[in-house]
Amino acid sequence: MSTVVTSKDASVAPLPPGRPSWRARLQGPAVFTAVAVLALVVAPLVLEPFRLGLLAKYLVYAIVALGIGLAWGQGGMLVLGQGVFFGLGGYAMGMYLKLTEAQGGLPDFMVWSGVEELPALWAPFANPVFALAMAVVAPVVVAALLGALVFRQRVRGAYFAILTQALAAAFVILLVGQQGLTGGTNGLTNFFELFGQDLALDSTQRGLYFVVAVVLGLLYLGARQLVNSRFGRLLVAVRDGEDRVRFLGYNPATVKTVTFAISAGMAGLAGALFVPVVGIISPALLGVVPSLELVVAVAVGGRFALAGAVLGAVVMNYAKTVFSEELSSAWLYLQGALFILVMTLAPKGIIGLLRRRKEAAG
Amino acid sequence: MRNSAWRIALPLAALVVALGACGPGSSSSQQAAGGGEDGIKVGILHSLSGTMAISEVTVKDAELLAIEEINAAGGVLGKKLIPVVEDGASDWPTFAEKATKLIAQDKVATVFGGWTSASRKAMLPVFERRKALLWYPVQYEGLESSPYIFYTGATTNQQIVPGLEYLKEQGKKKLFLVGSDYVFPRTANKVIKAYAAANGMEVIGEEYTPLGHTEYSTLVNKVVQAKPDAVFNTLNGDSNVAFFKQLKSAGVTAEDMPTMSVSVAEEEVKGIGVDNIAGHLVAWNYYQTTDTPANTKFVQAFKAKYGADKVTSDPMEAGYNAVYLWAEAVKKAGTVEVEAVKKAAGGIALERPEGLVTIDGENQHMYKTARIGVVQPDGLIKEVWNSGEPIKPDPYLKGYPWAAGLASG
Repeated sequence: MSTVVTSKDASVAPLPPGRPSWRARLQGPAVFTAVAVLALVVAPLVLEPFRLGLLAKYLVYAIVALGIGLAWGQGGMLVLGQGVFFGLGGYAMGMYLKLTEAQGGLPDFMVWSGVEELPALWAPFANPVFALAMAVVAPVVVAALLGALVFRQRVRGAYFAILTQALAAAFVILLVGQQGLTGGTNGLTNFFELFGQDLALDSTQRGLYFVVAVVLGLLYLGARQLVNSRFGRLLVAVRDGEDRVRFLGYNPATVKTVTFAISAGMAGLAGALFVPVVGIISPALLGVVPSLELVVAVAVGGRFALAGAVLGAVVMNYAKTVFSEELSSAWLYLQGALFILVMTLAPKGIIGLLRRRKEAAG
Repeated sequence: MRNSAWRIALPLAALVVALGACGPGSSSSQQAAGGGEDGIKVGILHSLSGTMAISEVTVKDAELLAIEEINAAGGVLGKKLIPVVEDGASDWPTFAEKATKLIAQDKVATVFGGWTSASRKAMLPVFERRKALLWYPVQYEGLESSPYIFYTGATTNQQIVPGLEYLKEQGKKKLFLVGSDYVFPRTANKVIKAYAAANGMEVIGEEYTPLGHTEYSTLVNKVVQAKPDAVFNTLNGDSNVAFFKQLKSAGVTAEDMPTMSVSVAEEEVKGIGVDNIAGHLVAWNYYQTTDTPANTKFVQAFKAKYGADKVTSDPMEAGYNAVYLWAEAVKKAGTVEVEAVKKAAGGIALERPEGLVTIDGENQHMYKTARIGVVQPDGLIKEVWNSGEPIKPDPYLKGYPWAAGLASG
């Protein structure tokens, strides 16, 4: 078996027949560059600070969606509880910000909750390096442990999906119950500054937007490398025929665990970015419903392509903002209708539709 | 084949969008367009969807009524008020986002909004950082005094403390505390325990259930076995329905074990079912039956606008007041500029449906009269006790020796 990766085409499943032409091979980078220019140059110039902040939020969600695209679209693991990892990252960042603001004292919500001294769990989060590292490490470790346990037992399909969802539900109950430690339903909010920068300033928010956009771009490129690598082929093979892969001498459990841990790490990093961008992290943001909403967004965008996941997250969250501003109560119905529509008429999502049209056009 | 799916999908998508556009609840754009160009924009930010919608929509209605009345009387500073309505969707981060939108994009002069403490805590940094004004219309747990929030509902010493004083007067010694698991009930119960300890009362049980919890047989069993003289209830929302039903089916009557509720008003009584709660006690500053000329007018106007079957409640009245109090401060300041309005607001006194309401300039809370009521078989609430005069707001309970140490944890 050759170890040299030859194909560089953007689409991974299903493979188009034959080697793509040079025009097709250039198309991916061209689109990526165009989107990057749009995001890094045009958007900051055109959008008001408030709208740019919202776009930053959508891009944060797109990072989580990228992880879902990797785990579900490529690996076939339906992850319904990414909120847990998002939350771990978010709370790690939130704890750091709360401690900076308290300046050696107790965070405000602990005072209301009757906590007398800083819990031991909180103390190390005063260190920004530790907090940022934990935002990624904690989700990766949790996912790796969970993956190692369940994938070796060959838990998959609906059972795995239900397991992740139950995890999200349990995590929310835990957070709400431990009010003195986590802020309860309120979550953590009222942050002043990040690394000495005043979070209320438009310039800080603009800087954060660039950070989010660049992180998303790098993660996207990294994920694409991964998908196009031998590991990526193996992942798709596991998705399409796990037993066959096992018979060929590979261990599907390892492939799935690694992918699951990567997607969790992405969610954790997204959570850490979300907190300074939006200014709050609360259990409502990481329960079953928000986790599902992102999976729906990935499905709408097109789960078989990484770009579809990103597109879906941005489009669905943008639609949510627009609809909630214009016709608040109809949004939930619209979201459901959109999902059913896409799943019945275009199971490969928006990206699938675009590709199909291109093919039809020649 | 491939192309035809696309051809079907597009018109269908268009249809869905079109259907959505005709659907109910199109709020902001409609109302914003109603006032014309030359007016003062004010934001209204309540949950119009989600679990809190049932309560918060009524407050929104009351605030819109106040705006309509003020506009009919010539507006403020010669300009009409233009409400911009946003939906907080019972989701705290959404409250923060929509508050930012109202301030940064719509450039509203002030915002009336919020219900749960969590939503207020989420909005607080937005208003403080952007130096904008929020009028918060619901009773809450105290221990807060933001320079950019006016609190038109009761703080603890105008609702919970009078509720406890009433129970003490009635000779109730043993209390059982039941609450939803979030900041208001937990903080309220801290206050209750401190009061009980200093006043020869005993807290013999303290139970919390998650927001939205509806399984109360275990909890009611615990309460019945503990045999308290009274239950102090800080449950919120739907949980009250299940709790009071279970209480009734366990054979508990208001005569032998009354419940004092602080989050159950006229609107909630309808939802709980009068049969289940009649005879129990509630603590507020206003009831639909409160006998003042301003209230007669308010109830009449509200029913005329929204329907004869509608009731009015304390948070609705506090929201209705908030608009009038802000308008008065603006008239006094001669501008809608935030700092000037804040300065002008201190000391403003208006005869409102609940009686005389005065703004305390120091902590931006209101002087309010405490009223204890009993739920009547017709679903309204009859006042059985009041504090006689408006009580000075004391969010940190500084004036109560037994409460020393509460604010600092």
